[in-house]
Amino acid sequence: MTQNGQDRPVVLEARGITKRFPGVVANDNVSLKLLQGEVLALLGENGAGKSTLMNILYGLYGQDEGEIFVNGAPLRVSSPHESIQRGIGMVHQHFQLVPVMTVTENVILGNEVMRRGLLDRRQAGQRIREISQQYGLPVDPEALIADLDVGAQQRVEIIKALYRNADILILDEPTAVLTPQEADDLVRVMRTLTAQGKSLIFITHKLREVLEVADRIMVLRGGRVVGETTPAEATEASLASLMVGRTVLLRVDKEVARPGAPVLEVRNLQVRDDRQLMAVNDVSFEVHAGEILGIAGVQGNGQTELVQAVNGLRSAVAGSIRIAGQDVTLASSRTVSELGVAHIPEDRQRDGIIASYPLTDNGVLEYYYREPFARGIVRNEQEVTKHAQDLVTRFDVRTPGVHVAASSLSGGNQQKFIVAREFSHPLKLLIAAQPTRGIDVGSIEFIHNQIVHKRDEGVAVLVVSAELDEILALSDRIAVMYHGRIVAIVNNGDLSRAQLGLLMAGVSLKEAMVLQQ
Amino acid sequence: MAVEGRTPEPAQPAGFRAFWARYSPLFVPILAVITALIVGAVIIGITGGDWLAAYIGLWQGAFGSPRALANTVIRSTPYIICGLAVALAFKSGLFNIGAEGQLYAGAMCAVVIGTTLKLPPILHIPMGIVAGAVGGAAWAAIAGILKARTGAHEVINTIMLNYIALRLTDWLIRSRQPLLLGDPLDTSSSRTPFIAESMRLPNIRLGETTALHAGILMAIILVFLVAWFLNRTTIGFELRTSGTNPNAAKYAGISVPKTIVLAMVLSGSLAGLAGAGEVMGVRYAVSTDFISGVGFDAIAVALLARSNPIGILFSGLLWGALLTGARLMQVRAGISIDVIRIIQALIIMFIAADQIVRWMYRIPQRKPGEEVLISKGWGG
Ligand SMILES: Nc1ncnc2c1ncn2[C@@H]1O[C@H](COP(=O)(O)OP(=O)(O)OP(=O)(O)O)[C@@H](O)[C@H]1O
Ligand SMILES: [Mg+2]
Repeated sequence: MTQNGQDRPVVLEARGITKRFPGVVANDNVSLKLLQGEVLALLGENGAGKSTLMNILYGLYGQDEGEIFVNGAPLRVSSPHESIQRGIGMVHQHFQLVPVMTVTENVILGNEVMRRGLLDRRQAGQRIREISQQYGLPVDPEALIADLDVGAQQRVEIIKALYRNADILILDEPTAVLTPQEADDLVRVMRTLTAQGKSLIFITHKLREVLEVADRIMVLRGGRVVGETTPAEATEASLASLMVGRTVLLRVDKEVARPGAPVLEVRNLQVRDDRQLMAVNDVSFEVHAGEILGIAGVQGNGQTELVQAVNGLRSAVAGSIRIAGQDVTLASSRTVSELGVAHIPEDRQRDGIIASYPLTDNGVLEYYYREPFARGIVRNEQEVTKHAQDLVTRFDVRTPGVHVAASSLSGGNQQKFIVAREFSHPLKLLIAAQPTRGIDVGSIEFIHNQIVHKRDEGVAVLVVSAELDEILALSDRIAVMYHGRIVAIVNNGDLSRAQLGLLMAGVSLKEAMVLQQ
Repeated sequence: MAVEGRTPEPAQPAGFRAFWARYSPLFVPILAVITALIVGAVIIGITGGDWLAAYIGLWQGAFGSPRALANTVIRSTPYIICGLAVALAFKSGLFNIGAEGQLYAGAMCAVVIGTTLKLPPILHIPMGIVAGAVGGAAWAAIAGILKARTGAHEVINTIMLNYIALRLTDWLIRSRQPLLLGDPLDTSSSRTPFIAESMRLPNIRLGETTALHAGILMAIILVFLVAWFLNRTTIGFELRTSGTNPNAAKYAGISVPKTIVLAMVLSGSLAGLAGAGEVMGVRYAVSTDFISGVGFDAIAVALLARSNPIGILFSGLLWGALLTGARLMQVRAGISIDVIRIIQALIIMFIAADQIVRWMYRIPQRKPGEEVLISKGWGG
């Protein structure tokens, strides 16, 4: 889509933006230009200042220095209200929807006062349908947000911005939570949007996507602009090293696994989801000490419920789960954790971290009651602090200190902190659900190496990921899950990427083998 | 969230502005009180009163003499303890509107122990205190168990339990046939018998004429105990965690239903202690017009202090002072005591709608996790 951009008007310009938080300079004299109808990709490590810059453009934060111009006119007041008025919309890294309300209600929320106190729901629903048609964003205006999957929720966020007549759309890591299929759909939506004259700023950690949709690429590091390029001039490797400041291995180096005794044994497991539908149906598998089993599958095929059941967070309807030889089918999550099981939950904001707590408390979320973090019921603050500092250092979490609230960390750094926490105790079984979601390439490399390292120490590892690349990079064996069943368990390497993709889409193993030929 | 009219932050605010941007959120409660007092003065002025005389009277009535001070302290004690009860529940993600009923339950249990047993003070006083705590805890546990088991919202249940507690107390006191807990010697049948001397709290003498019962000591100890419990113990951590993010708590292996019951039990026991303290230190009996309303005002006391136990010591004192000083204010300025109620209501309003105060004093917006806890309780 790269066209000569010289003749296109500049719709948004930031000049010399600086933003300081206590202990960090999040943006340091950053300037940016967005042309009409283009996709500007913003790249950078976790904590580089991408979300902060976007929040400033959207008016959520005031900048300490610098100016913003929309269509050539300065933006004087920094409030989202003002930015929306001027045609800027934003889809946040963490969605801002009210789960108990319908799509329509969410879309008009905050915009409803404009209608002289009268809520015209029907007309709003009509407009939502029009927008959804025009830009290829299928969604049911009457559906409850809580009943929608992430992909649909994201479409609602985009519709919300378009409903407010946004011409400039900021998408902060929209693809981090999407399945590859949904990500492809989003790319199509982005193309439709730009074709109709909208301008986009797109943040992602997935370099392939950048090369696919961006017209221009801007890279931030440590709050500064360190480079600008175009997809024509860049490669994944060049972008990675520009971001991180060193060469990044985009694959994992690992030896052949030496599996030991089975650690996790799941037999004929059946689990229901929240709607009482059978989400996990007659699933059996084993994970041995010293091996990594990857569960591949499009999200929503029962992986979440399977992981919850193994962790004692959801009760099984039938079947059995054994960990380290012990039957834990009915055990509480505390019991499971005390057997030496660590769990990186897939939804970090909801399940993995307490945003308002300092890192110190978050660092001992599961272990707060154990020695040395407590004696009896009395907490040992010194040990808790020391532990958090240790996690921060070992996993290179970018934060001004351990006493700041977790919410002040960038999304990727929150995830790194959770991973660090789960790795910090003696383990028999590691369950990692989407372990590198929202993490930059450099840190992915690091976390992948840590997972392999745990495997080599004899830990059994279960990785659940919607990223086929991640599954292929890490796994020794791969189980494909489809509609609540495990449709195949193969050694990594036995099937091609394409064949795995077919299995994930519901094609049977036999057919997949045939189709390959 | 969007608030209009915020000017863009200029280049690195210096000196006072930087200080204000950083620390002013801490002053919101104080500014709310001051603003409420100013609005109160305007109301007095509009209605033809002398606001200055009124406020001087208020001040002197509350703090003007050792006697006034002692009365303020005594009056504040149940607000402080009950405020702690509400705050502990808030911190655990629960909105305990039932402190009132739990206070009555505690007071009645203390009366039973105080009128039936004959013991030396060294045993009788602790027994009375324990009885109060147990009574309040048991009453609150009902709502806790209902919530943990069935998900029934604690707000509804504690309100209902309040009615039951009040009516039950009334009946226990008034009933003559059979005679239950009423005092046969009291012709108006409006109170229980007085508790034994041995269960009355010892007085702390302040000069010649003034005495302060030991309840305030109990309140101060409880303030620090609750602060320590919430912030420095593993159980406090469990309560706060379940209250802040039940999902993450569950993932961390914490049993959320258990913590709900525990939080209600602890909250109720504090409210019960407040009731027992009133019985043992001030009234020596429960009457049908016992200190009603304390359990509700305690919600305001806790909110004003943002559920911070140390803060509750001060907001509780403020509450007691306003009520104590009101009498002299009435005498001096000829203004109805209701004005104090209006000021209290204004304080609550400014705290609940702290956007107003923030806007008036240019205080930066709340950050995530800093919101007034009241909104959490309704999330259920
Ligand atoms: N509200 C806040 N309070 C204090 N510090 C903050 C706040 N928001 C961001 N920061 C800090 O500013 C820096 C930049 O954060 P930002 O969220 O912009 O990073 P990011 O580039 O979006 O990273 P990620 O890829 O992980 O999302 C980080 O060091 C972060 O800790
Ligand atoms: Mg970000």
